[in-house]
Amino acid sequence: MPKPSIWFLRSALIHLALGFTFGGLLLWNKGIPIHPLMWRLLPAHMEFLLVGWTVQLALGVAYWILPRFYTQRGDVRPVWLAFALINCGVWLAGMGATLAAPGWVILAGRLCEAGAAGAFAVNAWPRVKPMAQEASHLR
Amino acid sequence: MPFLTRLFVKTALVYFIAALLAGLLVAARPVLALPSIVAALTPVYFHLLMVGWVTQLILGVAHWMFPKFSREEPRGHDWLTWTIFILLNGGLLLRVFAEPIRTVNTDPLWGWLLALSALLQWLAAMAFVANVWPRVRGH
Ligand code: HEM
Repeated sequence: MPKPSIWFLRSALIHLALGFTFGGLLLWNKGIPIHPLMWRLLPAHMEFLLVGWTVQLALGVAYWILPRFYTQRGDVRPVWLAFALINCGVWLAGMGATLAAPGWVILAGRLCEAGAAGAFAVNAWPRVKPMAQEASHLR
Repeated sequence: MPFLTRLFVKTALVYFIAALLAGLLVAARPVLALPSIVAALTPVYFHLLMVGWVTQLILGVAHWMFPKFSREEPRGHDWLTWTIFILLNGGLLLRVFAEPIRTVNTDPLWGWLLALSALLQWLAAMAFVANVWPRVRGH
């Protein structure tokens, strides 16, 4: 497994653990009320699990398994940028909303997430191609 | 495909169908004047989809495809993967019943069952992260 995938997947696992912890607290609080403030965890729960876990896992696996150029996976710099942006984005948008931060914090988070998508696509786009074997068959 | 992966993936497929049927019921409620308990199925619908289908499918495929844990136990500890399967599905099934029933039945038992559901799903996530973490590495 290449290094960027290891980082994406480990970060995805951390977000799974945190997202389920927030979800568990929300659900417990729904059944046996602990404190009304618990509901503030909902935006972080949603962002951590939808983007931090599911989307990030898809990025890590895609970078690992998409077709390569001989042995290379293309320019790795936009992939590291996507890693940094998606994680900043999840924390700004998710924790920002949970901690009632000003709207621009959540906006900045969403901007980071959109940037992560763009940066990731720069690497992935040319890799969405037939495998070498299939390509020679098509010729 | 190992037995545990087949179990996770087939269970995920059942939840996929169940989730979309729950979504159908929620959408049909105002049109067919269905009872109010059906509206309480909204979070159930969403979590059947994201926990029962998406997350469970990921767990099953990760068990199969991630780099080997060791020569003796290539897929990590099978007993732990069984425990994860039971905790996740036990927890989710409890939620499916307790969350809507709570809205029409004031018996505190349903609240406690919801809290138990939260605990089981949280334990499943922690056990999965612990089991798969050492497998997220270079070959
Ligand atoms: C990948 C997994 C998950 C995802 C993507 C996810 C996402 C979401 C989203 C988007 C909502 C808001 C739904 C809405 O407003 O209608 C939500 C609500 C909620 N989630 Fe999750 N969730 C996940 C797992 C869990 C787990 C494991 C638990 C509990 C152990 C949990 C507990 C809750 C609770 C209690 C709510 C509030 C429900 C309500 O409005 O009454 N979630 N989740």
